[in-house]
Amino acid sequence: MPKTLCDKIWDAHEIDDGLIYIDLHLVHEVTSPQAFDGLRLAGRSVRRPDRTLATADHNVPTDGTPAARLIADKLSRIQVETLERNCEEFGVPIYSLGSDRQGIVHVIGPELGVTQPGMTIVCGDSHTSTHGAFGALAFGIGTSEVEHVLATQTMVQKRPKTMRINYSGELGTGVGAKDLILATIGRLGTGGMAGHAVEYAGETIRGLSMENRMTVCNMTIEGGGRAGMVAPDDTTFEWIEGRPAASADFAAAVTQWRELATDDGADFESEVDIDAAAISPMVTWGTNPGQVVEVTERVPDPAEWGDGKSDREVAARALAYMGLEPGTPISEVTLDRVFIGSCTNSRISDLREAAAIVAGRKVASSVRAMVVPGSQQVSIQAQKEGLDEIFTAAGFEWRTAGCSMCLGMNPDILEEGERCASTSNRNFEGRQGKGGRTHLVSPKMAAAAAIEGRFVDVRSWS
Amino acid sequence: MKSVRVVEGGVAFLDRADVDTDQIIPKQFLKRVERTGFGEFLFYDWIRDGEIELEANPILVAGRNFGCGSSREHAPWALEDFGFQAIVAPSFADIFFNNCTKIGLLPVTLDEDPCRALAAAGSGRIDLETQTVAWDGAEASFEIDPEVKHRLLNGLDDIGVTLQRAEAIDAFEASGRADRAPVTTAL
Repeated sequence: MPKTLCDKIWDAHEIDDGLIYIDLHLVHEVTSPQAFDGLRLAGRSVRRPDRTLATADHNVPTDGTPAARLIADKLSRIQVETLERNCEEFGVPIYSLGSDRQGIVHVIGPELGVTQPGMTIVCGDSHTSTHGAFGALAFGIGTSEVEHVLATQTMVQKRPKTMRINYSGELGTGVGAKDLILATIGRLGTGGMAGHAVEYAGETIRGLSMENRMTVCNMTIEGGGRAGMVAPDDTTFEWIEGRPAASADFAAAVTQWRELATDDGADFESEVDIDAAAISPMVTWGTNPGQVVEVTERVPDPAEWGDGKSDREVAARALAYMGLEPGTPISEVTLDRVFIGSCTNSRISDLREAAAIVAGRKVASSVRAMVVPGSQQVSIQAQKEGLDEIFTAAGFEWRTAGCSMCLGMNPDILEEGERCASTSNRNFEGRQGKGGRTHLVSPKMAAAAAIEGRFVDVRSWS
Repeated sequence: MKSVRVVEGGVAFLDRADVDTDQIIPKQFLKRVERTGFGEFLFYDWIRDGEIELEANPILVAGRNFGCGSSREHAPWALEDFGFQAIVAPSFADIFFNNCTKIGLLPVTLDEDPCRALAAAGSGRIDLETQTVAWDGAEASFEIDPEVKHRLLNGLDDIGVTLQRAEAIDAFEASGRADRAPVTTAL
């Protein structure tokens, strides 16, 4: 019987009915301390420290603070130091502040090559779906499950339903992976993928780089999806080859990975077709990622938004929070802040795209703009290429690796009422700081917005 | 985990759809390394700004897609610590739903009309054994995965249950099926 990519991975990892083996468990400081405490209380150990990897990302300041003990915020310092102590005690490898491998957990996994096709991967973070870009089955989990995986290297799970989204056509100039996934969530809604492992397929996806596939899979959770995946191909294999964790017998690994793609004729519970050529640069106007329009459109009238009373009510509240009037052209929305970073868009290709836009230009005087590389390795590479100088010459702040302003758990936050163009993944109320107003966009759109001080259509902007 | 069988009493109503976990427990409270004491920070901004009022009743009725966004288990911890024992909504985000079942906070999926009727009644009784919700002489039934139900009814510790299957995990590892994954300690 023909099988989907998801089913193949599931079958290869099902130990027993509803119990699957986990190949890689990524750990960070925010969702793990209570799990390690639980282990200690029960006298349990970490079953497979050699399949576990930790880093500090959510809490870390991005001002170059070189060690956990030097973090100024007391609670953040305690949390990162607690992670370091827990990893020491339980034998878990960790790249904390001060390591040149530290960075956002979903950036460093692929970067080190520990994220590989056919694996099951979990992390106490909803954006774990990012790793699915490599043809892995990757879930975000809560702290009780973190403890469960630490203790047993397994997860109690039901096989997810499967959905395939088929993209056809080529993305237009200036339109990127971020626009593709925002347009998809806009169409399906924030609960449209609920309960499903979503396979992104079709010629458009085949044409995307690994970084771009990660951007797409990363935001699966914003559509409510359990996991996002892309079948591995030569693009995937070339990306992994030569990375620190790549197999010594790489050719043999590739031979196995080639078997993973969904078989012809395999059944999905749900299939959607999307014309990628028709996608425009997207800008969110509301307080969830499904509240999104094309850059050439206007802020919608809540009375005409979505289907049903709930959607209209949510839209009306969102507009009030965002301080926007229906009918305002998106291109007239002015900005106070620009953030380029997060596990969605902080990889080297994201920074290259943004740098190409800002090169030789100046950030608008009304805007404070920052670039936060996703990892120390991204930062090192960007500096080799001189991207940091392009950004700083334009007036951007060049920061050190971390989650930064994506979630405001560190000093990088919006002030009350500030409006931000952000390459991150969530425009929820208060996400980037209490009262802060977030508009999600691609790195190119964020870079151009920083220069103009308002949103512009990068396709016609020069 | 404590067991859940019947949740009975007053209903609090949060008449909003797509409530995300950033609202349930804002990020600044995730820096704590303890598992308890999150209740006072529940819906911190919304309650402090006077946008909503919530009574610490046993039952919370909420809108569709409740608990979307971040995987933070701090959200169910805060709801439970505040006093809720069950949450009734037309739909839940997957990870949030899962997280609730891990701590004995009962998530109940009911259509929007019965949700509103239960909220209007102001009190109700949820029986997990019979999978029914009763209020004001009316009743609705709900679906729940049999295994999740079993664990909730018996207050079973997930890890303990899985460790009873340790032999199967050992056998899986011995079969070599787990050997292909990269070794993180060798980097």
